[in-house]
Formats: sequence, C-alpha cells, structure tokens
Amino acid sequence: MTAVFIDTPKRLVDVEIDGVAVRVPEGATLLDACRAQGVDTPTLCYLENLTPVNVCRVCVVEVEGSRTLVPACSRKAEPGMKVRTDSERVRTSRKMVLEFLASSADLSLASADVQRWIRSYGADPSRYGDPAPDHEAGARDAARPGEHEATSGSEAETVKQPVKYDNDSYVRDYSRCILCYKCVEACGEDAQNTFAIALAGRGFDARISTEFDVGLPDSACVYCGNCIGVCPTDALMPASEYHMRQNGTWDESRQTVTTTVCPYCGVGCNLDLHVQDNTIVKVTSPLESDVGHGHLCVKGRFGFEFVQNRATEE
Amino acid sequence: MFGAGGGTCSYREAEDADLLVLWGSNAREAHPIFFHHVLKGLRNGARMYAVDPRRTTSAQWADAWLGIHVGSDICLANAIGNEIIRAGLVNEEFIKRATTGFEQYAESVKPYTLERAERETGVPAELIRKLAHDYAKADRAQICWTLGITEHHNATDNVLALINLALLTGHVGRYGSGLVPLRGQNNVQGGGDMGAIPNKLPGFQDVESDEAARAKFEKAYEMTLPPKKGLHLSQMFEAMERGELTTAYVVGENPLRSEADTARARALLEGLEHLVVQDIFLTDTAEVADVVLPGTASWCEAEGTVTSSERRVQRVRKALQPPGGARDDIEIIAELARRLGTDWGSPTAEGLWNELRTLSPMHAGMSYQRLEELGGIQWPCPSTDHPGELFLHARLWEADPAKRGRPAPFFAVEQEDPLDELSAEFPLRLTTGRRLDSYNTGVQSGGYATPIRRPETLNLSPEDAARLGIVDGEKVKVSSRRGSLEAPVHVDPVLREGLAFMTLHFPEQVQTNILTLDAWDPKSGTAEFKATAIRVDKLGEPAPDTQEERPAEVGT
Repeated sequence: MTAVFIDTPKRLVDVEIDGVAVRVPEGATLLDACRAQGVDTPTLCYLENLTPVNVCRVCVVEVEGSRTLVPACSRKAEPGMKVRTDSERVRTSRKMVLEFLASSADLSLASADVQRWIRSYGADPSRYGDPAPDHEAGARDAARPGEHEATSGSEAETVKQPVKYDNDSYVRDYSRCILCYKCVEACGEDAQNTFAIALAGRGFDARISTEFDVGLPDSACVYCGNCIGVCPTDALMPASEYHMRQNGTWDESRQTVTTTVCPYCGVGCNLDLHVQDNTIVKVTSPLESDVGHGHLCVKGRFGFEFVQNRATEE
Repeated sequence: MFGAGGGTCSYREAEDADLLVLWGSNAREAHPIFFHHVLKGLRNGARMYAVDPRRTTSAQWADAWLGIHVGSDICLANAIGNEIIRAGLVNEEFIKRATTGFEQYAESVKPYTLERAERETGVPAELIRKLAHDYAKADRAQICWTLGITEHHNATDNVLALINLALLTGHVGRYGSGLVPLRGQNNVQGGGDMGAIPNKLPGFQDVESDEAARAKFEKAYEMTLPPKKGLHLSQMFEAMERGELTTAYVVGENPLRSEADTARARALLEGLEHLVVQDIFLTDTAEVADVVLPGTASWCEAEGTVTSSERRVQRVRKALQPPGGARDDIEIIAELARRLGTDWGSPTAEGLWNELRTLSPMHAGMSYQRLEELGGIQWPCPSTDHPGELFLHARLWEADPAKRGRPAPFFAVEQEDPLDELSAEFPLRLTTGRRLDSYNTGVQSGGYATPIRRPETLNLSPEDAARLGIVDGEKVKVSSRRGSLEAPVHVDPVLREGLAFMTLHFPEQVQTNILTLDAWDPKSGTAEFKATAIRVDKLGEPAPDTQEERPAEVGT
C-alpha cells in the first residue's frame, strides 16, 4: 500500500453561463463557474474560508426553470444548467440589495469592489430620503421582537449608532454592519468555535450581539480577531486602525503589505503585515494559506507590538 | 522519528482523521490554529481523547478526558500497548513487514496491566481500555503531543512510548494517521532542521556516524569538522558548573529566565568568563552579559525561512527597518567571523539557503522561488520537481522490501516517576503550561495588552484550596526543594486534587522557575518543567522547618 489521498478524482459538470459553455468539477458552485468564466459576480456574505449562509442575496443568478433567483455562492452546478447573470431580473435584484444595504448602513469603508458594484448596478441609496436620526447607544441592542415601529417613510431607516469601544484590541462600529453573518460564522463553527457572538433581534432590529449584550471583556470573546478578518465593511476594526482613522493618519496609499510567518508558536501561520511609516498598523492573514485559511489567534493578530516597543528602549 | 525529527502528518490530515489523541497538549490555547484543523476533524465526525493532568480547554472538546497523574505517561502508554496486544488488535502485517523489536516490546509491556495503570496513572481502567481499542480499530488515528510529553526528565522515553503505539497499530505513514509533535516556537523545527542539535549537521545528517555527510560539509567549508557531537543546553550548564565551559554566545534565548532553577542559572551565567548575548531585547540574560549585540526581529526585519510543525518551510520577509544599531543576524555572524579572521563577504539569506540546498538533500528542491509559488514546501523535497511530502514514512507500507527500506524499531521503555518526588513536606504536584494570550517568558507577548490576560497566579484545585483554607485571590507562599516565592492563588476547577499549575509568562510578577527542577532528559536535554513537588503555606503562618529547603529567594 502506498500513500492514499482522500481527494478522489471528480467528474466534470457542463453548465452554460450567459450562453457560454463552462465545465467545472462536480461540487463546484455557480459562483465558481462564474468566476472561472471571468464573470464579475458581487458577493458580500460569501468568503472562501466560510460556509455560505446565503443571507445577502447579492450574488443571485437566474437559472432556467427555477421559479426564484438562486444564490450563486451556494448553489451547486448541475449538468445542463443554463444560467443568466446579467438579465434584467438579476440586475434589479442585485441593485435593490445594494441600495437597501447602502441606505441603511455605512458602506464607505467597504472594499473597492463593493463601491464598484454600487455604481455599476445603478444603486441609489439616497432615494429613500434623508437618513433617520442616529440611534442612541444601546437603543438597538434593547429592541425586543415585535416592538418595532416603522418610521413614517419620509426618511431612510438606518442602523447608525455610536461605536462600541470596550477593549484594547478592536472596535465594533455597527453603523457599518450589513448582517452578513461572517463574523458569527468565523467566531462559531467555521473557524474559532468560541461562539461569543450571534444574531439577536428580528427584522430591522436584528443585530450582532454578545450573550445578553454584555461588553466584549465580559463575553466569551478570546480576541482572535477572526471576525475582523472576515468583515466586509470594516464594522469590525483593530483598535490600532481605528485610532489612526480617528486621528486622520490612516493612509493606505502609504502602506506596504508583507507576508511573513508568525513569531509565536510552531504552527507557522502566515501574517500579512500592513506597515505605514515603518510601523505595523494592522495584521491580517492570507485566505489562501493552507496553514490557517486566513484565521489567526490573539497573539498572531495583536501580539506584534513588541518589535516596535523596543526602538525607544535603551 | 526514525532518523529525521519531524511530525509525520500535515495539519489538514487532522480534518480527515477518525480518532485524535491529544497527549500532554493544550492545543486550544498553545496552538490555536492547529486546533482549528482539529475542530474541523471533530465536526467531520472524528472522536478525540485528551490525555492531560488538567481538564484543559482542549480536553473540554474531547469525547473523553484521561486525567493522568503528572509523569505517568509511559505507564499509560505501555498499558494501552499491552491491552492492544492482549485484545489481538495489533496490525500484524505492518509489524512483521515494517518494524523490528516487537517481541521484546510485547514482553516489556506485559506488567503494565490495566489495573496497574489505573493505580499509577489515576485513569480508570475502563477508559484506558476504551482508548486502546478505539485507537487500534480506527482507520485513521493520530497522536498529537506537546511539552506535556517532552518537558520531563525522561522526555525521549515518553515519545518512544507513543511511537510504539503507532507502530503497533500501523498508524503511521498513511494519510490521516501519524505522530504529531506540536512545536512550541515558530522555528524550533527549523532549528533542528538546520543542525542546531548537538549531534546533527543540517538536514539531520549525523555528525559522528555519517562520514560521507561530514566529508561533504568539509569539502564545502574547506575545513575539517570535528567528528564529535556537541553539548545540549542542559549539558552546557553542567559544563559551566564544572568550569569547563567558560564562554557562551547566546542568540535569541533568555536562559536566565527560561531555564529551570533560576537561582542556579543566574549564578552560572554570571560566573562565566565571557558572555555574549545577541537579541532584539535587553533581556535578563543580556543584562548580565559582557557584550550585547542588538539583532533584528527575524520574522519582520529580516529575510529568511522558518519551518513549522508540519515540516513546512516558509519564507519570513522584511517588512520593517530595524531600529538604529540593530543588525541582521547574518551580518553580525559574518562580522564576527571577519574579526576572527575569516572573510565570508556579505552573505545574504537566499545565498546561504542555496548553500544549504547543496548540502542538505531534504531541502535541495526548495528554491526561494518555489517556496514563494507554493506557499511553503514540506520536507523532504529532494529536487526542484518534487512537491514536498504531505506525510512521512509512506515507505513503511511498500510491498517491495527495497522500497520499504530500514524497518522502524520498537523501543521498550519503562515508567520512571518524576525526579522531584512528592513527600509529606512537598505534597502538591506543580505543573506548568501556556496561556492563550501569552508566550514563554513574556518577552514578546508582554508587549501587547489584551482583555483576556490575567496576572500570574498559583492555580489550585478547589479541594486543595478548601483543605488549606485558602480563598481565590489570596497570596500564599509556594515552596519547592529549591526555593520559594509568593503568588496569589486562583482556584481552578480544571485541576484535580493534588495538582497545581503556574505559567512561566510573567517572571517580573512571579519567577516560577525558582521552583522548578533542572533535572533533564539525558537523551534530549529537556528539563522537567512539568513536574515539581511543592508545598503551599498561608502567609503569616510560620512554615515548618524543613531541612530540605535551601535558603529561600523570594520573588514577588
């Protein structure tokens, strides 16, 4: 007997994306097929290192014979599927998702891709009126199911509220939260299995919360920051970055990103060091790394300061 | 194992295993991202046994926790081996074809009955039997261990006892089955790979017995190499004690803090004729040095490679300019050579790596370019068209004896209790470990703040705390045969009666190594940090006189 690998050869599946024949391995999703074909497909709640939860619906495509639009990120390619990614129906649906999210949450720090999709799908978040006044601190967290009162409709409801800053490691700015669940997934079964956060509330009052809405230091959080790593809108942000942004010194155009290996235990996680003015300002981990698939522990993500504390030491 | 020291599996194999045995490893806190792979395995249906004196956060994920007495690992392993043999669950075909020494091993474990093991390890016999049967019957099973196995005076025997179990059942050399030592530091594997072991040249080539390898190095270096192995760290300290070792060049270590028995380590280091320390910090060891050479932080201020616990060689890269005065380690060493009369020019990390590739066959295929493209390569990688090995020792399963090569030997090993014996005066067993947010002596991890960090404490079981009338947070005097210190108590329900726990993370608060014993394993040189006999006294009460006690140094 010699080395036996678990990965067995896969059958290939033929599908049609916008009239073009595409061949993908069995088990691939329609998103995989679209990407293989170079079709730009927006995603918000999808990430390669997480299980798709299908909540944002921005990646929907039209499958011939299907009554509803289907989420490309989780729908497996089946032989003979005919998929349209640019039909009127798809474009309208994607536009509405982007428009609703951008009108209710602050997407200004979302990736360049997100900004591009907002433009290219013609989403106009401002057409729902001026934003309603910000929520007071804790108001959204106190909302109980069934007690939500709809606004008059003359202004746009938002999730705007003060930043939650209750620890040294990271801040939670839920004004930016689009409820993509990625943080919950990363904190839970998909990576960290700490379960410090979950979804609370219903409808527009739904929000990400610790157990009983306690502050992070009183929660189960172990500060791995894997929630930060997956957040698509920077609602979750390292304190180091938050401070610099507050002070107006954060400048990505002056930053370099260098991949190296964590200086702590022997697992060998890859670190992407974001450096500005010869100072590490943020640590992330590349998704494509086989070691940690983008995830880190508290030491890897936050334990870098010792190298720059010593410059002033004698 | 079997020549080259490295874990046989890749992390991803834990995701596809049927059974995982975490033995003396709190991976959830000490190797959190490896534990992510373990958790995936558990989600995929793997079962897990945790063998640990403490019911750690890792053990809390296990199907069963074997709360073993500190230092009784060989007794437990041998009992498992004996039960596997007794129940007829050995992999006879594998043993016959790929191993030697089975008969002698089988004979040696006979006295280790389940009943004896229950008595000596504290683990119920039924649980031991269950682990033995599950391990033997699993399709894919791994034993993963950390310092709970290796920080003992008989560390090598502990490891051999575990290897025997893998040989008995054929759980090595196949995808998903193997032996997984989790390295505690980011390049401890790489240090071994590069020959930072007294008897090895780079690539695990033996300095004494492998004449061809030595000749190859001599030719490349244009000099004669002494065919004699060097000293490991514990032997170096003994040589200092004998006055034979008078000069030390310490690179990136803090032995004054990290060595067991701090008082002795300090006296010996201070007594050296000449001590050079090369570090990124002015560590406690650097404080007593004659010369301090400020180095660069290898993971972010220099180019190079490190090797992980899955034998993956990966690039570290320069992201920061080092602070003024600090120089690259390579530059310092080359400059030192120049002062000693040898001009190496200005070697680069890649140049040195390529030199290594010509001398170490297991690294030959790892060009910087390939390391970059493939996201690291797992050794052995003998040529530039070789992808590296996901797991080791597949050869043991080859039908052709020529391909199968040298069989893997069983090593009969006997239980030896920790050297620091429990007594009426020192009735509690102190063990040490790591916390999630911290690392070793805190030189690195002390640099960042995190809400989960707690100050150092002496953790006591609820039973012992109650018996001694000590409440959570109360400061107590902790004494071993070597010294004593004061520390606040944390009453910790993960500890069983008789077991106490401390870390080495906060020497500025509590110098745990004042208590530990510097007894070390003659085969690996690792000190027995994991098993110290202590007593705990309430403050303000006179401690009974003990003749064993040396003059106390009180660290607060």
